Amino acid sequence: MKKMVRASAEKVRPRGSLKARMYKQRYLYIMLLPALIWVLFMCYMPMFGLYMAFIDYVPDGTPFFQSFFGSDFVGLKWINYFLFESGDFYKVMRNTLATSLLTIIFSIPAPIIIALMLNEIRMRRFKKVVQTVSYLPYFISWVVVANIFVTLLSQEGVINSICMKIGLIDEPIRYFQNGKYFWWIIAIANTWKGMGYNSIIYLSAITGIDNAIYEASMVDGATRFQKMIYITLPSLKDTIVIMLILAVGGILNAGFEQQLLLQNTQILDYALVIDLYSYKFGIQEAMYSYGAAVGLFKSIISFILLVIVNNISRKFDSAHIM
Amino acid sequence: MKIKQTASDWAMDIICVSVMVILFIITFYPFWYVFIVSINDPSDTMRGGLTLLPRVFNGSAYGVILKDSEFLHSMFISALRVIIGTPISLIFTSMLAYVLTKKELVGYKFFRKIFVFTMYFGGGIIPTYMIYKMLGLIDNFWVYIIPSVISVYYMILINSYMGSLPKELEESAYIDGANDIVVFARIILPVSVPIMATIGLFVAINQWNSFFDSYLYTSRQELKTLQAVMMNILNQYKTASLTDSAAAAANAAKQNTGTSSDSIRMTATIVSTIPIILVYPFVQRYFVSGIMMGAVKG
Repeated sequence: MKKMVRASAEKVRPRGSLKARMYKQRYLYIMLLPALIWVLFMCYMPMFGLYMAFIDYVPDGTPFFQSFFGSDFVGLKWINYFLFESGDFYKVMRNTLATSLLTIIFSIPAPIIIALMLNEIRMRRFKKVVQTVSYLPYFISWVVVANIFVTLLSQEGVINSICMKIGLIDEPIRYFQNGKYFWWIIAIANTWKGMGYNSIIYLSAITGIDNAIYEASMVDGATRFQKMIYITLPSLKDTIVIMLILAVGGILNAGFEQQLLLQNTQILDYALVIDLYSYKFGIQEAMYSYGAAVGLFKSIISFILLVIVNNISRKFDSAHIM
Repeated sequence: MKIKQTASDWAMDIICVSVMVILFIITFYPFWYVFIVSINDPSDTMRGGLTLLPRVFNGSAYGVILKDSEFLHSMFISALRVIIGTPISLIFTSMLAYVLTKKELVGYKFFRKIFVFTMYFGGGIIPTYMIYKMLGLIDNFWVYIIPSVISVYYMILINSYMGSLPKELEESAYIDGANDIVVFARIILPVSVPIMATIGLFVAINQWNSFFDSYLYTSRQELKTLQAVMMNILNQYKTASLTDSAAAAANAAKQNTGTSSDSIRMTATIVSTIPIILVYPFVQRYFVSGIMMGAVKG
């Protein structure tokens, strides 16, 4: 409907010469100007700054772009170094993919289950309370979430206390001193933060289901369970597929803040996802060009993935990324 | 249509309600636990086994936190960036969104593309840091404001809202001789209040919650935001808990007022979350509409 209106508006051919039209639109350009300056300085200059991935950038006190030309051009040296010589590529990709996949495994089904169950709840008050509380983690900062998880999982924390009380373990597990727990902790934290809020997407998809289908099934004597499995769940298929595709498209975005906050030196080998790795070398170790090259590598792969994913999800219409 | 409950329907009710109760516990209990640790005596907490209720009440951590000038100042900085950053971001983002509703604008497609492209591709942390340094944003309060002057994602949401407004709204104003700026400020903005409220809320929460900019781009203590100070407290705790645990326990017990103490850390967590929890019930419907805009239009 909206598309039709837009199409007809576009057909109206603008009148007058280019200059006259632009003059008529001068107020629009005035309003556009601050945004253009902003995007130039805040987005495109950093993009141009990615050139530092191809040089041996050493800050020499001169302005940033000026010192570009004083540095040696080294081509793909840094990317090659990351891929083949540093010995870190495998580890970084393993951490990135493992964290992402575990996150997908938990965080895709969780909101679906929540939405399906919420939909069946008929006690309005109770439903409202559960919903309200389950959205809350989405709106608190990662610093707070990290603080909460560190406390829950500490040696004298409640998880260890309960597990010991019911006899699952004999002595407290040191979750943050053993790397094998780290990916799981991140995946669970990601899921905990987003599952309630993301269930809204599915709940609204459920409200869009034609009531006649349910009524027809009742005539056939379907139970509520059957209705959920054979009507509600299949109607969510498109939404689920889109969420899954988007998650796969963002697979290199395995997080940054989470790892930065929850890592420590003992488990760093499991926490170094690609963004954290780039940050660690580029800023903390002052290997600016190397850090930028790793970042560039990630950006390019992500960009390609995003374009592919966006094209696929367009086929499912209504909810592509942009 | 009233249908008789069958056994299977009853089972369904029980399962659904239990899953919801579990969900409630999973999301609510961590906050509750943080709260009871914050009001429990620190040396008692170290013994472990704290689960449902505080055992030894000790509210001194709140006194310590609320008298700590560094903590209070960081709260002030956080509040300041919300108060200054949100309206600036709203004004400039909505202005861009309005301009981009004008398809007849010469260069419309080009302008739209250069903004949308930034959602797909960016310079990344290191070049961004270098540019900020060059622009003098490092150790400058404006580093909290300027990078978020425009959010392209929110711009698209506002843009699609404004694009769906009836054209007649503007036409009469144009006939009266108003220019685009007047039309935007007097006509479009007032009718866009619902979406502006929603987006404003998200911008404000992002401002309150972000810690990385403060962590990376500022080193002066007086510019640190609440979340950055919280991160500091967390890091001190992590360092303490990584050293030999017996020594750490003794150490932590000795300095109950130190920031590595659990109750101080949890009190800080509570205090930094309270503003969000306080506004939360009133604005929840905006949050819900926020995600739907993203999902439907995006």
